[in-house]
Amino acid sequence: MTVREIFESMEYGPAPESAGEARAWIAGHAGRFGHWIGGRFTRPGELFATKNPATGEVLAEVTQASAADVAAAVRAARRAQPAWQAMGGHGRARILYALARIMQKQSRLLAVIETMDNGKPIRESRDIDVPLAQRHFYYHAGMAQLMDAELPDREALGVCGQIVPWNFPILMLAWKIAPALAMGNTVVLKPAEYTPLSALLFAELSVQAGVPPGVINIVTGDGAVGEMIVAAKVDKIAFTGSTAVGRRIREATAGRGMGLTLELGGKSPYIVFDDADLDSAVEGIVDAIWFNQGQVCCAGSRLLVQEGVADRFLSKLRARMGTLRMGDPLDKCIDIGAVVDPVQHRAISRMLDDNPEGERYVAPIQVPAVGCYYPPTLITGLSPAAVLMQEEIFGPVLVSTTFRTPAEAVELANNTRYGLAATLWTENINLALDVAPRLAAGVVWVNATNLFDAAAGFGGVRESGFGREGGWEGLAAYTRPALRGGVLRPVAPFAGHGAPSDPLDRTAKLYVGGKQARPDGGYSRAVHGPQGALLGHMSLANRKDVRNAVEAMNAAAGWGKTTGHARAQILYYIAENLSARRDEFAARLRGLTGEDGVAEVEAAIRRLFTYAAWADKFDGQAHGVPIRGIALAMRLPVGKIAALCADEAPLLGLVSVIAPAMAMGNRVLAVASEAFPLAATDFYQVLETSDVPAGVVNILTGSHAELAPHLAAHLDLDAVWSFSSSDLSGVIEEKSAGNLKRTWVNNARATDWSTAEGRDWLDQATEVQNIWIPWGE
Amino acid sequence: MHTDIARIGTGSAQLPQRAEAPHPERNHGLPLDLDWVARVQANTSAIERRAATLPGRRSVKKEHQAAWLCRAVSMIDLTTLSGDDTEGRVQRLCAKARQPVSPAILDALGMQGLTTGAVCVYHEMVAPAVEALAGSGIPVAAVSTGFPAGLTPFPLRIAEIGESVRAGASEIDIVISRRHVLTGNWQALYDEVREMRAACGPAHMKTILATGELGTLRNVARASLVCMMAGADFIKTSTGKESVNATLPVSLVMIRAIRDYFDATGLRVGYKPAGGISKAKDALTYLALMKDELGDRWLRPDLFRFGASSLLGDIERQLEHFVTGAYSAGWRHAMG
Repeated sequence: MTVREIFESMEYGPAPESAGEARAWIAGHAGRFGHWIGGRFTRPGELFATKNPATGEVLAEVTQASAADVAAAVRAARRAQPAWQAMGGHGRARILYALARIMQKQSRLLAVIETMDNGKPIRESRDIDVPLAQRHFYYHAGMAQLMDAELPDREALGVCGQIVPWNFPILMLAWKIAPALAMGNTVVLKPAEYTPLSALLFAELSVQAGVPPGVINIVTGDGAVGEMIVAAKVDKIAFTGSTAVGRRIREATAGRGMGLTLELGGKSPYIVFDDADLDSAVEGIVDAIWFNQGQVCCAGSRLLVQEGVADRFLSKLRARMGTLRMGDPLDKCIDIGAVVDPVQHRAISRMLDDNPEGERYVAPIQVPAVGCYYPPTLITGLSPAAVLMQEEIFGPVLVSTTFRTPAEAVELANNTRYGLAATLWTENINLALDVAPRLAAGVVWVNATNLFDAAAGFGGVRESGFGREGGWEGLAAYTRPALRGGVLRPVAPFAGHGAPSDPLDRTAKLYVGGKQARPDGGYSRAVHGPQGALLGHMSLANRKDVRNAVEAMNAAAGWGKTTGHARAQILYYIAENLSARRDEFAARLRGLTGEDGVAEVEAAIRRLFTYAAWADKFDGQAHGVPIRGIALAMRLPVGKIAALCADEAPLLGLVSVIAPAMAMGNRVLAVASEAFPLAATDFYQVLETSDVPAGVVNILTGSHAELAPHLAAHLDLDAVWSFSSSDLSGVIEEKSAGNLKRTWVNNARATDWSTAEGRDWLDQATEVQNIWIPWGE
Repeated sequence: MHTDIARIGTGSAQLPQRAEAPHPERNHGLPLDLDWVARVQANTSAIERRAATLPGRRSVKKEHQAAWLCRAVSMIDLTTLSGDDTEGRVQRLCAKARQPVSPAILDALGMQGLTTGAVCVYHEMVAPAVEALAGSGIPVAAVSTGFPAGLTPFPLRIAEIGESVRAGASEIDIVISRRHVLTGNWQALYDEVREMRAACGPAHMKTILATGELGTLRNVARASLVCMMAGADFIKTSTGKESVNATLPVSLVMIRAIRDYFDATGLRVGYKPAGGISKAKDALTYLALMKDELGDRWLRPDLFRFGASSLLGDIERQLEHFVTGAYSAGWRHAMG
């Protein structure tokens, strides 16, 4: 076209980024890569191709890892770990800083490799992915520097197995590797089979940053390699990917005493209230669902728009769809590139074909004839019952429905198995700050979307997984307490026979919904003292009693909305009433265990005071993220927590789980010590006289082994803790895969109940929700 | 209803940029709709984010860039608004408007006949400018109504418009009373602009909001809407005399207002960012913004102008670079 013709047509024309340097790097490796183990590339083995989805061209061949390869990588990481940890925070900080710098120096090469391998627009890899990845290393260089001073009681886990997805290969690598290395861990990371190249380039660059051999190991291959890493002797698995695979990893790691963080799928709501800046909210949609072709776990994929503005909003949205530009991902003037692979393209197509409900609007734009392109699509008029409203599509497809009131918006938003992110648009700060914490989401963006920063933790609730990446809250996932208990021995109940010690029968029932309830099964078991005396009977709870307790907890949802001060008052009141009956409880403990109970009662009172103190002091944080605004890290209650209580401290163990849970606004289902349950059943009366709202605390008695799988499998519980002296860690972790609830289990390690309190407990009793609030008028 | 711009457009064979676009129905305004004004929202941080990422989202290269820069030239209101303006200075500027880029470069581009969109001067310079531009088809715009502050007696401001139109200005760049915006007196703003529009008669009215003095983007959005309801043919950011002039966020707000007005009425209002746009790259970003937010129809001089004085120099250098492959120097290009 001549200049004059273009002067008339005013078309954009091509604006390609050069692929020359990237191709030269691949050619420098003869187009074939081995793994990166122990600080160098292994010889290429059984190869598979990695392709450019925009063209179908084979970019390079990489090696499918064998079991021996994975073992070698884990060995290298294991060997390197002690020295890496011993280098100290400052030593590691220098190297992480250098890693950030080398990424910055090679930023364009990383971006081009990423775009060629993944199909995402060069603008995104250049302006978003690579800078955010660098930022993660800078930020965690700082965390390494501060670790000795700020986290003196924590230490590295050891070797971390890390499995990252294909949608943000280099960024997810940074999210995984930076905090792991900062805290003194070494890693074995597997990039996704579709997108291995940027990880291999990063590994090669890491030498120039001075990363010692074995600290970073990269193995390539498909899901089978991921399974090998999960099965390997590693201390932690960090996985980002689909909920289905996350669930399998949860099961495979159950009972192995390993750390696990899962960052899984989402169907994140994008809520537009009627007072929103609609044009900006439309632009936000572009960044929510057409960013990275919609292949984003936290994509705002579910549009909820208030009825009064729905028509206007949707017509603006359709108009905007018409100006999206789709094409060669290396073109600097396109908005949407190629989806990662024909397999993913087919998955999106099939999902839409199989679910024809709703009205479809496909962006009236040019779609390249060749390559793996899926046009931006809007589906309106769906109801929550529609499959497409519930299931993650993981493509550039937005589904939508309308709502009438803020309450209904929250209800619709939370009507999902997922809980990763949420976006809301309103000009009303009252509305925004009221709605945000009510959304089941780890991240909430107000009048913005898809903002990320290393300083603000990212991660979800429900089936979007658990654990946070980024911020102080993310470090817990890569450290453990430096002091750990010894082996926990099972505590068996005393056997006995004969007549009761107290001639007047007192029947210990269950405590559900503020009432004492008979067990559903109608069975009890005799409880004997150390000399064999019959102390009474414990009710044997079954799964139906668990069900009833959870229903009672649901009825007590208001507890989470009470103030910290109010919760403190109730905890103090419990302490007061326990203190009044100190002698009685001490005698009960002595009768049950044969040991002097006074100290334990005193410790329980002290513990109640501790959490009454914490109830209004475990503050969130205001993260300094690089926007004009703030990311508020709110400490929200986990919700409904079930806990198997310790046997070695029948009263203190009970109070130690109830009190932090209550203090943070949770409802709790405690299963009393199996061996010595009668201190807990006596405690009902303390609760009943202390103004504890019905359903906030529920106590069952019975077999831990029998109840544990039902608690772990219950889809309406948010967390399960186990301090049982029976080692139930494996079954709890395995069964928790159903709704991917958080678990906190003792892995058969003993707990020192005299000191078992404080921040670790409060962390377990809260979810961090980061609310991003940009401001400016 | 068609006026000077239309006449010039059809009558000027050497101006390809005006040859084929159908001329829009002139904005006749609407009764003041305060409900609509109250409904307007502008979220500053979201608008700034969009504006900040726009240059990274759009890129125009090679012959496309050359063509786009020529298009930018065709929409420049080549401006001098100084206390020391003289007839000689204005004649020089008008000569530059007729021949904004060297003939050799235009020959190489196949863009012979390219002119700027208009010449913009104070009232006293209108007559010399009209004379200097005679036969070129290039319109003369006059800043008016007590420019830049707009605080002279209202009857004099109205009279000033009439004087400039009689002197031959076919475009009048009026300034609004910022105090009406800052006090939320939309009725007063509407009445003032409506009366100015009447005074313009056939001349097209560009309404300068002086956005740098309006305090908030929300005010910019509301003032834009009220001015369009009052019959503005163009809305324009700045006088060039405020400390902050045209910015991308302000532009985004104003062109979104234009889009909403068009969606509601079918009437196209033009947009003129003024002041602060001095680089060719910035000009390309503005054109991309117009193209993406409003569409290609707004890439014509009857609906878009740059109010700029130094922009042209940078574009000339970029065009020479395109033609020769070597970076250019300012002194190689004729001054205006």
